[in-house]
Amino acid sequence: MSFYEVYLQFKDFDFEGFFASVDDKDIEQVLGRDDLDPLDFLTLLAPQAAKHLEAMAQKAHRLTIQHFGKVILLYTPMYLSSYCSNQCIYCSFNAGNHLPRKKLTLDEVVEEARAIAATGLRHILILTGESRRMSPVSYLADCTRVLLEYFSSVSIEVYPLETKEYETLIAAGVDGLTIYQEVYDRKTYDRLHLSGPKKDYRYRLDAPERGCRAGMREVNIGALLGLEPNWRREAFFTGMHAHYLQNKYLETEIAVSLPRLRPVREDSTSYTLLSDLDVVQNLLALRLFLPRCGITISTRERASLRDNLIGLGVTKMSAGTTTEVGGHSQGEHGHGQFEIFDRRGVPEIKAAITRKGYQPVFKNWHPLPRSAG
Amino acid sequence: MADVLVIGGRKLSSRLFIGTGKFPDKKLISAVLEKSGAEVVTVALRRIDFNAEEEEENILNHIDERYILMPNTSGARNAAEAIEIARIAREAGCGNWVKIEVISDQKYLLPDNQETIEATRVLAQEGFVVLPYVSPDLMVAKKLQDVGAAAVMPLGAPIGSNRGLRTKEMIRILIDQIDLPIIVDAGIGRPSEAAEAMEMGCAAVLVNTAIATAGDPVAMAEAFGWAVRAGRQAFLAGPGRVLEEASASSPLTGFLFEGAGSR
Repeated sequence: MSFYEVYLQFKDFDFEGFFASVDDKDIEQVLGRDDLDPLDFLTLLAPQAAKHLEAMAQKAHRLTIQHFGKVILLYTPMYLSSYCSNQCIYCSFNAGNHLPRKKLTLDEVVEEARAIAATGLRHILILTGESRRMSPVSYLADCTRVLLEYFSSVSIEVYPLETKEYETLIAAGVDGLTIYQEVYDRKTYDRLHLSGPKKDYRYRLDAPERGCRAGMREVNIGALLGLEPNWRREAFFTGMHAHYLQNKYLETEIAVSLPRLRPVREDSTSYTLLSDLDVVQNLLALRLFLPRCGITISTRERASLRDNLIGLGVTKMSAGTTTEVGGHSQGEHGHGQFEIFDRRGVPEIKAAITRKGYQPVFKNWHPLPRSAG
Repeated sequence: MADVLVIGGRKLSSRLFIGTGKFPDKKLISAVLEKSGAEVVTVALRRIDFNAEEEEENILNHIDERYILMPNTSGARNAAEAIEIARIAREAGCGNWVKIEVISDQKYLLPDNQETIEATRVLAQEGFVVLPYVSPDLMVAKKLQDVGAAAVMPLGAPIGSNRGLRTKEMIRILIDQIDLPIIVDAGIGRPSEAAEAMEMGCAAVLVNTAIATAGDPVAMAEAFGWAVRAGRQAFLAGPGRVLEEASASSPLTGFLFEGAGSR
């Protein structure tokens, strides 16, 4: 059994017909229920549910406080390498783009780590483009060992790996895996990923499950919303994927990110972009469907919206972000993976969270000697 | 005679233990402890930033040294991880009390009793004062007693659920059969439920979510302090017998006395 079977089960489902049949009474009924099933979740993703956002928000707010408290965990991404053999039309690191490519040496990783650790952050997410030659598993393991001198939690957001490779990285000290499917609709996926290993839809789709099997403490999935015109369907598959993983791998903490597509300048495709209202509806529906699931909001969203999303279900936020290799210690040169909309540093984001009556948390894991676990 | 609870050789006059997760602001913790009257405070090692850039970021700086620190192993998924976490906490100067929390179910956050027994066994041998968090089960509690637990902490309902004493009947059996202090941990959502646990004869209760997520955590902590004292006093006072139904007459045996007055 793989999530692919769940995908197949719903692939030809009449989403539009279902949405058209949803009325206010259906939504009110779902809001009165404690345990939501997949169709309840889909009901909350219907256009009609946008009229019930305040009621959804009240419940999402209550559930999030109950399960997580008024607490937001902060982290920041560190880009290790921008070499990438994929051609994903929506990404700046697309192999077809001329970009001064860069990969950090271990000494440079230390420099970056020092700069970030000085801001107080203890959770770090390391990223690379997909190049097994330039950023092999052994390099990721070396970087992790170096980073554990400065951080208490190291997560990876890299190309999909084999279960054994995830195990190798866990042994080196990695405790979290972030991997976005980007697009669940298989046809759209194929259209947007022109070439490279990422064309293999199934291999990527099953990567979160391999991470769970390998023993990752946290697995964070997501779709880049806006790539596929029907974001509601994509949001549904994302929630279903998280639901599938959580039920099958009880010991893994499953989290979902809600990144919204912001077209890069090299990409002339016209997309159906999500409104703020869409982002909020998606967040609330997900929280009501999966009350204990971690939810991450990145700096692709502007500061004012991010501040307003605190309290609606978000549990984790990035701060002091750069999407450029070496961007924390060597300055930025306009070669990031995507544009940052919330450019605030850690102290400002910390202050904003505190102003909302929430506790910014820097540390939520303590690394154990490798003999344990 | 003073009513004290003795755990790990320490005499406790307060039977309310406080958890420190989920607070909107770490600065509230010292006032919460003060107002609640608690003496035992649990902190997740995973949340302690020993080398925080700013002093106030280290949660330990919000807990006065007069409190008994009980690090917990939140995040442990098996006995080996719980054991390592406990050892690190002791090495780091957090003392030798530990609350074992082994959870390999991120959906309902239910404890793994078997791994908890194993962690308790190892840590008790290493001289820790071990308070294991478990699903209430008599055989498990007996084994915990055998391997050296200092108390047994059954859940009243799943962590953070605020559903109250859903496992009341099982807890009642533990109180009856186990010679260790029984401390209800998790599930207590209101002071009245804390009082109920104490009236039943629980030795103490541990409260976190209900205080941390209250509108006014400090006032709620004080309310819990009162409730625990009230419940304890009621238990000591010995509540009057409560009958299931009123029984002014004796419908089944009354015939024996019929006509007695006329004879």
